[in-house]
Amino acid sequence: MQVNPWALVSVALVVVVTFYLGHRTSRFARTTHDFLVARRTVRSRRNAAAIAGEYISAASFLGVAGLVLKEGADALWFPIGFTAGFLALMLFVAGPLRRSGAYTLPDFMEARLSSPALRTASTWFVVFIGVLYLLPQLQGAGLALMMIMPAPAWAGSVLVTVVIAYNVMGGGMRAITLLQAFQYWFKLYAIAAPTFVLCAVFVAGGAGAPGSAGSLDEPAPPNFAAQTAVTVDTDVTLGVDSPTRVRLDDGSGDGGSGDGGWTTWRPGSQHAVDAGSTLTFPEGAAVPTVGQATSANLDWLLPSTDLTGLLSTYSLLLALLLGTMGLPHVLSRFYTNPDGKAARRTSVQVLLLLGLFYLFPVMLGLLSRMFVPELLITGDTDAAVIALPTAMLSGVTGQLLAALLAAGAFAAFLSTASGLVSSMSGVIATDLLAGKVRDYRVASVGVAAVAVVLAVTLPIDDLALSVGMSFALAASTFAPLLVLGIWWRRLTWLGAMVGMCTGGGLVLLAVVLNAVSAHTGEWAPWLVQQPALVTVPVAFGLTVLVSTATAGRIPEDVGAVMLRLHAPDPLGFMRDRAVQRFGRAEEHTRTTPGRHRK
Amino acid sequence: MGDPKDPSDPAGTQGGIREPDPTLGKPAKPFAPEPVAARSPEPPSQESPSQESWSPEPRPPGSVPSHAATSHAAASRSSESRSSEPRAPEPRQPRIRRQRVVLAEPSRSSNSLRARVELEEQTSWGELLIKDLVKVQLRTAVLLGLLVFGVLCAIPAVFYAVPAVTQLRLAGIPVPWLLLAVAPFPLMFGVGLWYNRLAERRERDFVNMIEH
Repeated sequence: MQVNPWALVSVALVVVVTFYLGHRTSRFARTTHDFLVARRTVRSRRNAAAIAGEYISAASFLGVAGLVLKEGADALWFPIGFTAGFLALMLFVAGPLRRSGAYTLPDFMEARLSSPALRTASTWFVVFIGVLYLLPQLQGAGLALMMIMPAPAWAGSVLVTVVIAYNVMGGGMRAITLLQAFQYWFKLYAIAAPTFVLCAVFVAGGAGAPGSAGSLDEPAPPNFAAQTAVTVDTDVTLGVDSPTRVRLDDGSGDGGSGDGGWTTWRPGSQHAVDAGSTLTFPEGAAVPTVGQATSANLDWLLPSTDLTGLLSTYSLLLALLLGTMGLPHVLSRFYTNPDGKAARRTSVQVLLLLGLFYLFPVMLGLLSRMFVPELLITGDTDAAVIALPTAMLSGVTGQLLAALLAAGAFAAFLSTASGLVSSMSGVIATDLLAGKVRDYRVASVGVAAVAVVLAVTLPIDDLALSVGMSFALAASTFAPLLVLGIWWRRLTWLGAMVGMCTGGGLVLLAVVLNAVSAHTGEWAPWLVQQPALVTVPVAFGLTVLVSTATAGRIPEDVGAVMLRLHAPDPLGFMRDRAVQRFGRAEEHTRTTPGRHRK
Repeated sequence: MGDPKDPSDPAGTQGGIREPDPTLGKPAKPFAPEPVAARSPEPPSQESPSQESWSPEPRPPGSVPSHAATSHAAASRSSESRSSEPRAPEPRQPRIRRQRVVLAEPSRSSNSLRARVELEEQTSWGELLIKDLVKVQLRTAVLLGLLVFGVLCAIPAVFYAVPAVTQLRLAGIPVPWLLLAVAPFPLMFGVGLWYNRLAERRERDFVNMIEH
């Protein structure tokens, strides 16, 4: 590994700017109302940039390109689903959710169904989904830092955690709004500029340019453009489609028989390679792939046309579509809008911002298939975005572009993780603690500490896939409750509880089965890896069934609540539940001695 | 205007927005949760009876009225049902002849307040108005959602049913990549804009109906 000094400088800059912006804006945050919902003063344009900034996580910035490199056309469903989720959110949830006046997701549940039990249950689900989503961000940060400097895997996770814990503790939602908006525009620049440069280089050089691994529409895997040595960091099993010459050097010296350790891998058999080995391929050799990655370029280029592919595509789409509206950190940003109309406008603008962004990781994924195919061997496809510029351009230009991309990746870790920590702290502070500012700070430190410990100790998974599981969980727990709660008068808390627990339980079962299957020979079918196609309809159906059976428990104030959710904003039926519980910000400054003079 | 005796009259709906209740904003009637029942002792005609009962002299619009101070408060309260009705100036200073300047229509606050109270108190009419609004907003959302998600779900189905489609190319770029990597985003943004316009128009109509 060579150290890229530019990348170190740019990542340090991003961290410092984030730290500084958070520090400055947190001076204005004093009350619980500031910390939870930024005093409900965020206009739609700023909030849209903040939501997009928070939503474009490592899974989008690094993971999408990696998946395109590995799976090709089928991976394109990830950006589509990520964006379509906001369309569903806008159509069915955004405006009424804001008008409910709630300040957290559990608070909305209690406002709608007046059940403390449901509130407690959803608190735990919020925390669970948040941690599940936070872990890959922190682990990705460790991975990214390892790519640009010789650091242990925990260093990046700890760095990101410290910065966001400081910002969230200092100003909560008030502080991170500006940060996340800034980080969206920075990320867009950090991925767009390198993509334009690399595409220009590619077009100038053509598909057969030096360093390219061959045209993408050949029915063969990509080839190595020069003799290439690849060091494998974890045990992998590789497969090839055509006889491939390879020299295996596993450090012990028994390089096999024949001429200087060279052997030939035959197609059809799997070759186990131990960690620490170095594989050397001659020029023109076909690139082998790990496990299930699509090896031949033509299969990669075309979408899958079999029934399993179709069903798992639907399952993925459903999870992303409904999962977005159940993600607590996304929803908690909508509470900061001044009214329901602004919330709806926010989500339209988010659609534009996300659509713009997702063009670029796909392009980078295409290029990385041609220029860094050796990542298919190590299975480390999330590194594609950062490894690509130096593979295509030698010298300072490539290093500068790689530095920009690394900085963008760090902005992604920082903004997503800060949104997650702040929404979890809000929920814990108001539901498990007393809801004072000090409780919020304690909660944020606690959440950050638990998350970083878990991130360092648990094994690392594919970024986009583990994020996909938390989407499935959100889609099977909160999405049915939100949609039915907003549009269906006859929902009862019992139905909501049964639906949420069953949907969540099924997804957790799938997570466990998946982990077991990963250690015992990959026997799990596609449904276990992408369970939303079953769990979401089950959750919806059970919620409706049990609600209908317990019609006597329909809350008495359902009419008033529906009026508040749906009456247009100018009529003024909105009640701010945060103000009702914690008091108005101005009153609070008057009762706090001395602080308001700052 | 629908029959005021039957607030659930389906003929009163028009594009999902119900015609306003004719009793909305009418003065001289104490508020009651059931407007139809409460109105029966009152004369059922629209506006002239209340006008006559409160202001003894007929006033041509635009003239300076000269009321006694006692009847003034009641008169102005009654006159608010009619937007063209001028308000009386301060009657205690007769020597200074003040010209009444009407800069805008009289405030509709009592009108809209009444309507809001009807909504908030969940009278059968108020609840019906909200149910209609919810229904029409939901219908729009579901239709537009079905449009987009139908198109999205059709793409893999077409690939599955007609695999030859995946081989097509447009300007050298495979059609599946165009369909998946580029096309959905403008579609979703366009539908988002469309829904936003529709929903905001519905809400504006609803507010106008309540406040007039």
